[in-house]
Amino acid sequence: MPTDLSLDRRQFVQGVSGAIGGVIGAMSPLAALVPSRAWAVEMRVLTNAQAATLAAMIHTIAPHDGLDEAAYALVVGALDKDAAASPEAGRQMTAGLASLGVEFQQAVEAERVRRLQAIESSGFFQSVRLKTVLVLYSNPIAWAHFGYQGEAFSKGGYLFRGFNDLKWLPEVPPAASGPEPQ
Amino acid sequence: MTKFALNDEDVVVIVGSGAGGGTMAHELSRRGHKVVLFEAGKRQSLASFSQNPGEAFGQLTWLEPRTQSGTWDPVKNSPTMPAWHCRTVGGTTVHWTAATPRLRPYEMKARTTYGDVPGTSLADWPIEHAELKRWYRVAEKRMGVTRRNGNPGMPASNNFKVMYAGARRLGYKRVHTNFLAINSRARDDRSFCIQQGFCVQGCKTGAKWSTLYTEIPRAEATGKLDLRIGSFVTRIEHDASGRATGVVYRDAEGREQRQKARFICVAGNAIESARLLLLSESGRFPHGLANSSDQLGRNYCHHLTGFVWGIFDKPVSMWRGAVLAGVVEDENVFNPKRGFVGGYHLELCALDLPTLPLVGLRYGWGRDFASIIDNYRNMAGLLINGEDMPRPGNRITLSKTVKDPHGLPVAHINCEEHPNDIALRTHALNQGRRIYEAVGAKRTLFSETPPATHQMGTARMSVDPGQGVTDPYGRCHDVPNLFISDGSLHTTAGAANPTLTIVSLVLRQADYISREIAANRL
Repeated sequence: MPTDLSLDRRQFVQGVSGAIGGVIGAMSPLAALVPSRAWAVEMRVLTNAQAATLAAMIHTIAPHDGLDEAAYALVVGALDKDAAASPEAGRQMTAGLASLGVEFQQAVEAERVRRLQAIESSGFFQSVRLKTVLVLYSNPIAWAHFGYQGEAFSKGGYLFRGFNDLKWLPEVPPAASGPEPQ
Repeated sequence: MTKFALNDEDVVVIVGSGAGGGTMAHELSRRGHKVVLFEAGKRQSLASFSQNPGEAFGQLTWLEPRTQSGTWDPVKNSPTMPAWHCRTVGGTTVHWTAATPRLRPYEMKARTTYGDVPGTSLADWPIEHAELKRWYRVAEKRMGVTRRNGNPGMPASNNFKVMYAGARRLGYKRVHTNFLAINSRARDDRSFCIQQGFCVQGCKTGAKWSTLYTEIPRAEATGKLDLRIGSFVTRIEHDASGRATGVVYRDAEGREQRQKARFICVAGNAIESARLLLLSESGRFPHGLANSSDQLGRNYCHHLTGFVWGIFDKPVSMWRGAVLAGVVEDENVFNPKRGFVGGYHLELCALDLPTLPLVGLRYGWGRDFASIIDNYRNMAGLLINGEDMPRPGNRITLSKTVKDPHGLPVAHINCEEHPNDIALRTHALNQGRRIYEAVGAKRTLFSETPPATHQMGTARMSVDPGQGVTDPYGRCHDVPNLFISDGSLHTTAGAANPTLTIVSLVLRQADYISREIAANRL
């Protein structure tokens, strides 16, 4: 039966890799965005311990207080996917995380920063940093957190949705926004 | 769908469907000439434009790599992508931000005005400003430029309110919502701007002028246009007398084909146009087609660019509204007291997430880097756009290491910064910073130089066949039925975003071509 099969698969997958999950807070603005407040990202190749170390690394690269853990988990998931897709990326990821060690995720932020500065020129660090920028800032969870409203065509643009609602500076005179004075 | 035969020697071949090629296709087809228009990319539409920034980038951009050398930032920060332009029907007019300033008279006399600047190949344009101005007026009407011909300007956005207040406090006078080829009211059978802020992803209302949905469909309606999509021209062939006879290309199925031609207009943008002529070397033209001057590919200009961001205590929401709807023009003057020749514009600009941290901020990570993104809604932004110095060694050549999927060498770009470039950029960035500090910015930031969006000068016009690839009409000195019809023609860069000048020169070139045809000289 399909349900059993998927359960079997998940148990099998968990034998070699992990999953990270969490619950979005009831007060979070995301609660309205998501179908279920509980979420999980299943790993393809990373173990739970590796995923936790990687998540700590991503938090250190892009520390945003209050940004939901689900956004960080998307970056972990994307890097896990890359590691699964290419043996070379997988080896680089495994070796890089091993070099940080299990104590990395328990270290205080200043210590984590020092550890990452020491490996900043490595391909491992640079690929994690780039993926963090690409994935962390391009999803609706992050957009809601930072207040970015994204595409507006589907809502009629910003013409009637605040493109000129700034009130803390004077209005621009018509000569600077209308036809060129002759 | 009009189709012309491969062996039809009466057709005009145009390579590239952007500002230059798309406009030329319309101009020639409406005059009754048979046109075959080659476009390497696919055809999108208002409906198919993706509104996901990453997806739109993949949909529209020229993604084949280039190789690089030299001293400017993209060698390090974008090693395989020194230039950001399109590969799609409509070319770079699909993702452009539609700023349409004119070149100023002093800029077209750069060598005379600036004098002998060592290490540059400055030259005067072989056209008078008064003549180009006639064609600017025609182009501005065609494109519906705001604040020209009585067209209303763009309304002031939040981001512009910040620029305007700061610039005025610094004493700048020529500060307005820019000249934009974007409908501020419905016209030309197209909608008006609804301030989406997604100009770069393809304008889904069509308010922004693009050859994709203006010139090209009008050319198709004449029944004289054969548009070949997904077709990449690999070589221009010539006969024993040195006249171009046609092009070799790979069609959409990857098969090699030959199209005969009466004459050819090359409009692949200044990097690819130079590459195509270099790839077309022959026994007669051993250094590239039409390159007896040895100027082909040289004098590559790209404008001096960089972002300035101001972070405030209060919200700006800079992403709302037409991206480039604001300009400070006061620094677009000749004033060597500033420590450099040439001028610049300060242009309103915003970037989305994640593009801001990808290309708009200096490399960084950790608390300080994250705090910038934390302030995204309180940021205002602008882009400097300044005149860079033409240099003989700043040039497009064929890469010795990387080939495209057809096995042809990709373009290699060498770009060395001139001391004048560095002085101008430093001045412009600092003036941008002062604008934001004048209205209380708590922090200001500069970017590195992002990939170039303006490509110019690689087949420059000159009266003397030894000093440039083409004559003052863009007709190649060496090959009388070969024209260059894009930014390659720019003799110098000026500080004006190049598209309006490209369209104006092409309208003028089309007028010249029809007179030459009528006189049996082409």
